[in-house]
Amino acid sequence: MKKITITMAIAAMLSSTVALSAQQSSAVQADIDAYQAYFLDRFSNVSLQGFSKGPYAMSDDKMMQFEAVMEMPPFEDLLEKGGELWEKPFANGNTFSSCFEEEPFLIRAAYPRWNAAKGKVDTLEQALVDCLVSNGEKKWGTGKGKHAWVAAHLTTLGEGTFINVIVPEGDEAALAAYNDGKRFYYAKRGQLNLSCANCHVGGAGMRARGNTLSPGLGQTTHFPVWRGKWAKSKGDGFGTIQRRYGGCNKQVRAKPFKRHKSQYDNLEFFHTAMSNGMEITGTEYRE
Amino acid sequence: MKRRLFLKSAMASSAVATAVGAGLLTPKIIFAASDSFKATSDATVSAASAAAKGTFKFKAPKIAENGAVVPVSVDATNLNDVTNISFLVQTNNTPLAGSFNFAGALGFVSTRIKMGKTSPVTAVVTSGGSVSAITSEIKVTVGGCGG
Amino acid sequence: MGKIKLKPKAKKGVIKVKALVKHPMETGLRKDKKGNPIPANHIDHLTITHNGNKVVDADIGAAVSKDPYFQFQVPGAKGDEITLAYKDNNGGTGSATAKSK
Repeated sequence: MKKITITMAIAAMLSSTVALSAQQSSAVQADIDAYQAYFLDRFSNVSLQGFSKGPYAMSDDKMMQFEAVMEMPPFEDLLEKGGELWEKPFANGNTFSSCFEEEPFLIRAAYPRWNAAKGKVDTLEQALVDCLVSNGEKKWGTGKGKHAWVAAHLTTLGEGTFINVIVPEGDEAALAAYNDGKRFYYAKRGQLNLSCANCHVGGAGMRARGNTLSPGLGQTTHFPVWRGKWAKSKGDGFGTIQRRYGGCNKQVRAKPFKRHKSQYDNLEFFHTAMSNGMEITGTEYRE
Repeated sequence: MKRRLFLKSAMASSAVATAVGAGLLTPKIIFAASDSFKATSDATVSAASAAAKGTFKFKAPKIAENGAVVPVSVDATNLNDVTNISFLVQTNNTPLAGSFNFAGALGFVSTRIKMGKTSPVTAVVTSGGSVSAITSEIKVTVGGCGG
Repeated sequence: MGKIKLKPKAKKGVIKVKALVKHPMETGLRKDKKGNPIPANHIDHLTITHNGNKVVDADIGAAVSKDPYFQFQVPGAKGDEITLAYKDNNGGTGSATAKSK
């Protein structure tokens, strides 16, 4: 099943206009190569795809607990609900899939991407909201709840498809957005004065009090994610990547940005590109 | 007994709360681990203390990622005639977390337990009439930046 | 009290029974926001039946996690019927039956 999926994905990518007309910016490719080489070198016993397991790839003890939960994932019911919501027609008879040109299983890996016409980065989560609005439906809250369930459904359908974010060579505006995201990633912020890179590049695999820091490589293979922490108090546990960006910013005592504005969109653009070549794993459990 | 009658009729939590406020019920009684469960727990604790070191497989994490969901499992299929597998969380008021009796099923059980703090956890297996046990310490920490 | 997800799967003469039971598993030791104790509400007894024969009989304590997960192994084959039944300390009950895949 998986092999067929990958072949179809490659075929689809080859036939899509983006792949034919847009070459990856050489500057971006150099960044990707360097980023991935750093991790593969530092954690030489972990394969490229192995990084999708994040902190679990760094500790057998943690991996055992991850596998125990994944035996009967607590989020299966919500994932099903996400699938139902994806299929359910709007008042006007259209469904979500009418807003997307790709086959449902290819949608996750097609985002985030540069929208040259609009001069901004398109994210899957924003596309879902746009779809609701353009079909006369009420907007959903982003980051969690129904919005996250539908996005998680698409991520799970996309298991095995490849991340391939392209910053078109020669496109100055796209490169600027990418560099904006890159700057964000490496900039220190908050009272704790930490950048994303401090923890997830330099500190990858190390501990912050009781937690093991996940490596930046592979983080975007499994979002939306179901977090035990988000399920503990209130909420059902599901969250999108931009929900996590907000949470991480709060944890270094920086004011989080509003979701789906340029800051997190550009960050997601850069962050996802760093994992080019890795496969989407589907929604997973995290601590 | 008056206490038991009171418990049976106290359907609403507010009634229980009133009783606590009035000093009539202590937390131990509200916990209401039934007398028979408490007896099983005591018996299992004694059996474990006298038990031989187990040769079965006891899987438990060294550091629990989430104290509310700690996976523990025992695979005692290498032993003959397994009739019971029990888990004891030593620092709990009632150490027994679960006692699984087998009559036809294999000597295997996997489940998830709650732990409020670091504690030795003992897996107790009764097979062919004799008891063996393995104890493993499971650390429960407070989450840091990921938590 | 809650929904039961029961997934028995037979392989090489052994049925792996994976089950998730939705249940709050309140210990009775927690307090709500107002400081009132939340009364104990947890599964205290659970059985697994295979083609009508009881093969597991368990006494469950409040220290088992919320929405508890269990895995058992029962000698058997595809098509065999597995039933999980539980009772909680308030007398609530639940059960589910599934044919092994």
